[in-house]
Amino acid sequence: MSYIKPDFQHPRLPKNALGYTVTDYDGAISTLCAGCGHDSISGAIRNACFLSSIPPHRIAKLSGIGCSSKTPTYFLGKSHGFNSVHGRMPSVATGASVANRDLIYIGISGDGDTASIGMGQFLHLIRRNVNMTYIVANNGCYGLTKGQDSATADLGSISKYGHENSFDGIDLASLALLQGASFVARSFSGDKEQLEPLIRGAIAHKGFAFIDVVSPCVTFANHVGSTKSYSATRENLDAMPLDFVPMREEIRTQYEAGTSQAVTMHDGSVIHLHKASRNYQTENRNEALKVLQDSQEEGRILTGLLYIDPNSQDLNQVLKLASRPLNELGMDELCPGSRVLNSINEGLR
Amino acid sequence: MKPTDITDPEYFHKVVDCQYACPAHTPVPAYIRLIAQQKYTDAYLINWESNVFPGVLGRTCDRPCEPACRRGRVEEEPVAICRLKRVAADFKDDIKQFLPKAGIPNGKKVALVGAGPASLAVARDLAPLGYELHLYDEHAKGGGFMRSQIPSFRLPETVLDEEIGYILDMGGITTIFETYIDSMADLLTKGYDAIFVGCGAPRGRDLPKLPGRKEADANIHIGINWLANVAFEHTDKIGKRVIVLGGGNTAMDCCRTSMRLGGEDVKVIVRSPFEDMKASPWEKEDAMHEGIPIIDNHVPKEFVLENGKLVGMTFTKVEAVYGDDGRRDLVPVDEEPVFFPCDDVLMAIGQENAFPWIEKDTGIRFTSWGTPIINDDKTFQSTRKEVFFGGDAAFGPSNIITAVAHGHQAAVSIDLYCQGKDISKRPAPYVNLVSQKMGIHEWSYDSVPITDKREIVPLVDTAKALKDRAIEVELGFDAEAAFIEAERCLNCDAQTVFVADQCIECDACTDICPTSCISFLKNGPEAELRERLLVPAENLEQDLYVSEKLETGKVMVKDEDMCLHCGLCAERCPTAAWDMQMFYYNVTKATPSLVESR
Repeated sequence: MSYIKPDFQHPRLPKNALGYTVTDYDGAISTLCAGCGHDSISGAIRNACFLSSIPPHRIAKLSGIGCSSKTPTYFLGKSHGFNSVHGRMPSVATGASVANRDLIYIGISGDGDTASIGMGQFLHLIRRNVNMTYIVANNGCYGLTKGQDSATADLGSISKYGHENSFDGIDLASLALLQGASFVARSFSGDKEQLEPLIRGAIAHKGFAFIDVVSPCVTFANHVGSTKSYSATRENLDAMPLDFVPMREEIRTQYEAGTSQAVTMHDGSVIHLHKASRNYQTENRNEALKVLQDSQEEGRILTGLLYIDPNSQDLNQVLKLASRPLNELGMDELCPGSRVLNSINEGLR
Repeated sequence: MKPTDITDPEYFHKVVDCQYACPAHTPVPAYIRLIAQQKYTDAYLINWESNVFPGVLGRTCDRPCEPACRRGRVEEEPVAICRLKRVAADFKDDIKQFLPKAGIPNGKKVALVGAGPASLAVARDLAPLGYELHLYDEHAKGGGFMRSQIPSFRLPETVLDEEIGYILDMGGITTIFETYIDSMADLLTKGYDAIFVGCGAPRGRDLPKLPGRKEADANIHIGINWLANVAFEHTDKIGKRVIVLGGGNTAMDCCRTSMRLGGEDVKVIVRSPFEDMKASPWEKEDAMHEGIPIIDNHVPKEFVLENGKLVGMTFTKVEAVYGDDGRRDLVPVDEEPVFFPCDDVLMAIGQENAFPWIEKDTGIRFTSWGTPIINDDKTFQSTRKEVFFGGDAAFGPSNIITAVAHGHQAAVSIDLYCQGKDISKRPAPYVNLVSQKMGIHEWSYDSVPITDKREIVPLVDTAKALKDRAIEVELGFDAEAAFIEAERCLNCDAQTVFVADQCIECDACTDICPTSCISFLKNGPEAELRERLLVPAENLEQDLYVSEKLETGKVMVKDEDMCLHCGLCAERCPTAAWDMQMFYYNVTKATPSLVESR
């Protein structure tokens, strides 16, 4: 009987700039079904934070309800966390982000938590460009309640019980693009080589970074006829590989001339990506929408960094909020006294 | 790299590091699990079948298994395998009913020269097949060097007598003791179908040219001869001040025995640096624990006499200089020779093979090292086809477990030879591989690696121990300590078996693996693949387990080096592409199944 992860680790595990090994970013052992795509996403987040040398205590994990929203327990065990109400993680994230702008916020949600009950909150989160990484572990079904079709289940996809879905699924990436998200990506839980640099890029991005991750439900949607199984996803995958290169690190990846593009982020790091076609411009929202629609019509799943606005203004900047977290402000700053109040009142006369 | 062929039993055999390192390939994890279950008798029988002398080896083995133990790669100390073996011997019930008896006579007669571990192992393996075995030895009791060289404070005589008794009591074995074989030519005329020579490497090295050697002869003793004289009670005292020359285990036995025979100022003086000494680290510790200093980097220069009597020795101080090729030179340092006073000197500076009793015209030829020419290292057949060698007699001085391993293989050869079969066609080992799955999170072995530190074996009070050379110094583990120590075993024989066409590449195994030893990546040449793994595989002695090509074109590569055999990969695998399967490997023996499985 286990559920116990041994304390031993590889004695030659690589260390990051902070001197931590990847196991310092581990969480509790997962209680999800063996082989769940969500566990793979947890692994990718862990690896991304390790590779980007982020101190675990500077990260806050936020989630709603569902299999996906359980996962923050299973990674970054030394970070902050808030498991909120179903579909209401965006409001908690918004509040947290304005209260403490210095933390790194990683939101984990699912297709139910985002595309059904949480849809209203999700759109406002995008609209406000809250500075966070928002990952949807998207498996097209409600795994926690025995695998009913979710709002992102594709038209014609067959459930484990043999029922054919008669509705068009909501494409969250297109929706995020339409709503003006400043960083939109799609990936696949079974493609860590792409997912890890995407998460690192999303964390480095200033503003709302959205990653829709196809994450097969190994128990209820990994059969023939499911469009979000491991094999169906792999079969229809059009992956645009990419590399995340932190500031002051040499770019090593070599792509064929004309098919690659480098995007410099606000902190000087670079996302180096391989494009689906020569014409594709990652900084062009209309182009991204069109390419997404085209590939969808062909039944292909286009993954990679679909759109980025490297110069976006996040909520704190737009609202011109205090440049320091509230918990760092002292009595004098929070309550400057009657002299200041009087001068403000004078200014309004 | 090519996909790993796991149908070759040697692949998984190598993963069980302890068993692979053991010359006799004792199934170590299997008996350690039985000890944890308090099935000491079964644990003993597995050992008995494999290494013949569990009680002896549980006290005296050179332990090649322990430096190999996987646990030593993930924490400081390996499992105390040797002392767990002793636990099985100490706590077992009466086992006689489970032991085999001599078989129905098959009409073949075999002579065994020397009654040490090699010959006894041959006898044990051949008796159940009906061979008539004649066991010759110059001493009154069997055991060879186990009896004459290992002091009784390390190995009580009762333990030795018991285990030799198990063999001699099988039947079919005639002991011809107190008979020194002085002519091979003569023995060859006695109508034996085969002759096994297991007479050891009986000649202790001397320093014949050192000044004063001849004159001080009365107080200079060859270590192995002196130990034998003590064992057979021809010698019962030694001078107050003793110098022991040499840095091997014999030197350690000599100095500790001296302390028990009246030695008060006993010191070991060795040519090499302390770290390079041949003695096992634990034997050095035991000697130092009894207050015996070990003085290194001193080369003997002269025996010093006064009035025709030995009064001490002078030594030249040296330092070790290592060349680029790793060769060591002991270079004298510019200092005056050092004088140490003494009454007696024991020389334990190595031993050699010597076969003065084997005539040249017998057709048995020897190498320039004095060891017999063996046709093939596996068969132990000499240049005269009916004569076989084993133990120290075959390749020079080694240890008990190596002698036993030789005995097994020589017995196989002798059996094949006597049946008129080709001795190079060896029977296959017995191998088994069985799934351990009991449920999603349940295995039929204790899969969780515990973090307990190595248990320390309690010792008898030193003052008491030094009074009587028959008092065993080590007390052995009690049942509780044995359980904890047994639980430290990582069960390396629970193999991670991977089936490529079941894998859906969900990454669950690579994410959960506590030691990051599983990678999914594009295949490549081994050296380059080792570099690209999640953690580069630097230990080249450990293999990579490479799968067939997967759906994405990648392969699964597992670095066997750091695997804890915890089974988490298989627990997190949704398709049972990973499974934990218990691997049992029983080395080829003349009698394939000696002990009925219970």
